[in-house]
Amino acid sequence: MMHAWHFSEMAYHPAWAHLNETYRVIIPNRLYDPQIGADLYHRYLDEWALCDELGINIMTNEHHATATCADSVCTIPMAILARETKKVRLLALGMPIANRENPIRVAEEYSMLDVISRGRIEMGFVKGVPFEISPANSNPADLMERFWEAHDLILKAMTSHDGPFSWEGTHFQYRSVNIWPRPYQQPHPPVWMPVGSTGSASEAAARGITIGVLNTGWARTPGIFNAYRKTAAESGHSPGHEKLAYMALIGVGRTREEGYRRADQILDYSRTSGVVSPQFANPPGYVAPAMAATAIKGSATTARATRLQTRDGKPINPRTVGVEDAIGAGLVFAGTPDDVWDQLKSFYDHVGGFGHLLMMGQGGHISHEDTVDNLTLFSKEVLPRLAELG
Amino acid sequence: MERIDIGETTIEAHIAGSGPPLLFLHGLDYFAQHRPFLDRLARQFRVIAPRHPGFGASPRPAWMRGVGDIAYLDLDLLDRLKLDDVLLVGASFGGWIAMELGIRSTAWLGGLVLIDTLGVKFGGRDEVEIADIYALPADELVRRAFADPANAPNYDAMSDAEVEEVARDREAAVLYGWRPFMHNPSLRHWLHRIKVPALVVWGEQDRIVAPAYGAHLVQKFQYGRFVPIADAGHYPQVEQPEAVAAAIESFAREISR
Repeated sequence: MMHAWHFSEMAYHPAWAHLNETYRVIIPNRLYDPQIGADLYHRYLDEWALCDELGINIMTNEHHATATCADSVCTIPMAILARETKKVRLLALGMPIANRENPIRVAEEYSMLDVISRGRIEMGFVKGVPFEISPANSNPADLMERFWEAHDLILKAMTSHDGPFSWEGTHFQYRSVNIWPRPYQQPHPPVWMPVGSTGSASEAAARGITIGVLNTGWARTPGIFNAYRKTAAESGHSPGHEKLAYMALIGVGRTREEGYRRADQILDYSRTSGVVSPQFANPPGYVAPAMAATAIKGSATTARATRLQTRDGKPINPRTVGVEDAIGAGLVFAGTPDDVWDQLKSFYDHVGGFGHLLMMGQGGHISHEDTVDNLTLFSKEVLPRLAELG
Repeated sequence: MERIDIGETTIEAHIAGSGPPLLFLHGLDYFAQHRPFLDRLARQFRVIAPRHPGFGASPRPAWMRGVGDIAYLDLDLLDRLKLDDVLLVGASFGGWIAMELGIRSTAWLGGLVLIDTLGVKFGGRDEVEIADIYALPADELVRRAFADPANAPNYDAMSDAEVEEVARDREAAVLYGWRPFMHNPSLRHWLHRIKVPALVVWGEQDRIVAPAYGAHLVQKFQYGRFVPIADAGHYPQVEQPEAVAAAIESFAREISR
């Protein structure tokens, strides 16, 4: 049974008309009107709350200093939804633990959410995109080292129940770790991380972590999933579908045109979210020197600008990508419910199956009414058929 | 380049020339572009220019994360090479290391030369004295670092291996200097320990760390002299190698009297 999750970045799209060269890091927040922002927050929360009735699970994320995602603390909407919803599962994908100063605080936030939601939290830990480095002032040269130490500390804090323990690590030091509350789920809520390469897929697989892949499409997803399955099997963890998640932008309509129109509006996410000044896209040390060298030598924007690829691996310009190209690339499933099902099933077979569909059902300029209809149509006409996918 | 085993690690060092010993500690970037300057110095000095751990082909033990660690490693290097009465020259990030060396021990030290150094903070918490080079667009960074942008290296003309070395240098600089940004908050309070004569050389067009910072810094030394270099930015030894080398030679003659 495949699970579906509705994801929105809570974009502050009213600012986009004023932006062009970059949507991130250095844009002044005078472009953010808090009154409009309040309306948008409530609107996005309403859409997530609706998911509880529709049987679609909920996914949040976070970014900083950007108009593309006004969700700067992924656990805040979750705190609201933990009480406002009753049934669906809540995935924060997630917490940039290498950029947070205090992993114990992360363990406490997730544990509280898990208890309030009566065990419905799924914990995402993310490396974070390179342009999160500057807002966090996080050292990029030892980012993953810090990530794994934070990961280990958070899980130890959640699974230690006999009073304080001591942690004198390279990056984090506590003489008395003793979190209250402890999590509702035992031994701890499921752990997720987004990955974008075969190497990071293998790292997650070796630890039994569920992976979410974003923007990897028809061309890059099979390699990532295969790397995960191989390492998981070798290291004694489950290589099953339930450990694999794929994010697609989804536009469902009563007609193909309506579904395409909705997807086209959601695609404004893809057209804006990677647009950032090159110096923030390539902080030294964020990737290995050989890869960093290509950014120094060539166009510094190359690495991110070419992350979207056609079915046969050719770069797609994310700023101008259209619906049909994005469907071809496996980035978007759109049209009538039958169209969406056919595209999803074909993608599912192509990548060898997966257990979670992370559905961006809201993004960019799509209206609240269209979002509600998109989610409702999906839940009525597509969701029941996900049971056919093992 | 020579490879020298020290303690748990190995450092790569460019060693050339003969004469009184001169330890050159390089800065953030552009090591390959230092050759004319180092060659010129080698006419008068025995020049020892180590690549700091993590830079170039020098390995970095995982625990080595602080500029103070590099300073201790260089003190071990001085012991190993049995050097005495050394002229210590540090540029930019290397100037920071040089000051960390000097506050730890001056027994071996004849004189100190700092070129467009960073490593200390004088101003208030909301004053930017060291430009956030990682937040600058590449072309703006070149304009701030060089008086004449034509003096900046052309990465497209370099081999992949050379550019990979640049990437490695930048990664190492970030590891040591990310936060607090390119300085040690307590360092300025210990500079009085450096009692040898100090020459502070500065590119007049440096817009990474302005000449006023150098003029302020020189006052921290008991015997300090400030020498501005015309037509040079943050790397005067790259843009004006003759002028910088001449200033160093003149300083060396003066302090040996």
